[in-house]
Amino acid sequence: MKTESRLEKILASGNLAVTSECGPPRGALPEKVKEKASLLKDHVDAVNVTDNQTAMVRMSSWAAGVIIKQMGMDPILQMVTRDRNRLAMQSDIIGAYSLGINTMLCLSGDHPKFGDHPMAKGVFDLDSVQLVQMVKKMRDEGKFQGGADIQNPPKMFVGAAANPFADPFELRVMRLAKKIKAGADFIQTQCIYNLDKFEKYMKMVCDRGLDKQVYILAGITPMKSAGMARYMKNKVPGMDVPDEIIKRLAGVSKEEQPEEGIKIAVESIQRLKEVNGVHGFHIMAIEWEEKVPQIVEKTGLFPRPVI
Amino acid sequence: MITAEQKPLKEIIEYISPYDRILLVGCNECVTVCAAGGRKEVGLLASALNLNCLKQGRTIDIKEITLERQCDPEYVEELVSEIDRADAILSMACGCGVQTIAERYKEKPVFPAVNTKFMGASVSQGIWAERCQGCGDCLLGITGGICPVARCSKHLLNGPCGGTSNGMCEIDPDVDCAWRLIWERLKALGMEKRYEEIMEAKDWRPAGGGGPRKIVREDLSL
Ligand code: SF4
Ligand code: SF4
Repeated sequence: MKTESRLEKILASGNLAVTSECGPPRGALPEKVKEKASLLKDHVDAVNVTDNQTAMVRMSSWAAGVIIKQMGMDPILQMVTRDRNRLAMQSDIIGAYSLGINTMLCLSGDHPKFGDHPMAKGVFDLDSVQLVQMVKKMRDEGKFQGGADIQNPPKMFVGAAANPFADPFELRVMRLAKKIKAGADFIQTQCIYNLDKFEKYMKMVCDRGLDKQVYILAGITPMKSAGMARYMKNKVPGMDVPDEIIKRLAGVSKEEQPEEGIKIAVESIQRLKEVNGVHGFHIMAIEWEEKVPQIVEKTGLFPRPVI
Repeated sequence: MITAEQKPLKEIIEYISPYDRILLVGCNECVTVCAAGGRKEVGLLASALNLNCLKQGRTIDIKEITLERQCDPEYVEELVSEIDRADAILSMACGCGVQTIAERYKEKPVFPAVNTKFMGASVSQGIWAERCQGCGDCLLGITGGICPVARCSKHLLNGPCGGTSNGMCEIDPDVDCAWRLIWERLKALGMEKRYEEIMEAKDWRPAGGGGPRKIVREDLSL
């Protein structure tokens, strides 16, 4: 075991892992964090805490992570390279680890253009691959990125993201390989709606033997409505939503669409459970956290193993 | 080359409104090529300023002059004979030219008439696009001749990010994803393998992180 991370232990034990996500509030509202996290409490192994998601200012991911930790849950600290240089990132990693956080997800982050401070200068001192490298070096070599020794180095279980649907498709597996080479222990994927394409991707991943080198958690986001599906298809960069999904949602009444969305999510998980190289699920129910327990139960992923 | 665009006339007028005698100085290099501050633009701006003053019922004396290279003290010296007859200098060169004048003629106010934009290349008639950010440690030799620093919106050295869509950048469907271009070039050159080599964290000191940059060529200096 490289770390004390519960997620690492679950994955190493061979169980399918379940993670979910909690977006911190846009204000000093610790109760909101608790409210959201408590909806997930018994149904997930760890909770991603987003870092200024979509480039909107929110409570810092490590602060919200600590609140979640105090509830007896396991936060996954998300960190984007957009807002901090390597000094700030390393000090936050040490800080978070000192407060009990031992799992993180390394991202480059959405461009500032998409958020509420489009006039801000994006930092991007490192990219996500280099962030993975840095966190691994801190853990395994006990060294800062600049080369100096760290006293009591933070031992983070390191995650990275993968989008099997972004262009060009032929690059996606190579890019995953690069993240693994950099030191990623686990991968959380972009939301999967095009299952055929994802299976094709996973086949290529397994053909290269990459499934033996990293744990892959398949990303699932239930659709609330046909409108949301259309929005994701047309407005969210790098998202692949097949027309059948939109048709299926639009085929039922407005009131029934949320239920249909959950059904699609459950069916997707059932099918992906059988896919070689899938080691678990990352269920991102954006502002719909109360539905996560239901999805976990309906897919036979409940109760969560006690480790 | 360095590209520039003329500032809004209103801003220029505000700068020079306290002065009656203006020395309007263009440059024959980059700003001439991108049609922002060469001889022609100097003439056009002078007419526009004269007209504006006439409308306000005041007269202004504008002396037009276009130097060979405004970022070179040798050419800036040519202004000596004109400087006493001017209350202020209005420069149509890039920021480097403006500063060369400011350094030489310390007693005269100098104002920029253009916004200096970026180091770019001409894409087609009337269109220039950013191509280099002068990072001081050129990577083009390993990125297939496409710059990730200047052309990827996040300066990613190990792209593309997950936001790329139909080969375009997540920030704008009209902006090419630099990493799609890099990948296509590597493929065309049969260098696909290179893509999987991790580019290490960049040392930003040569890019300006180490403070103002300077080149000293002892073989050339006096
Ligand atoms: S790598 Fe650096 S020097 Fe080379 S083109 Fe890009 S910014 Fe300019
Ligand atoms: S879409 Fe391409 S150019 Fe735009 S930020 Fe991502 S990698 Fe860079």
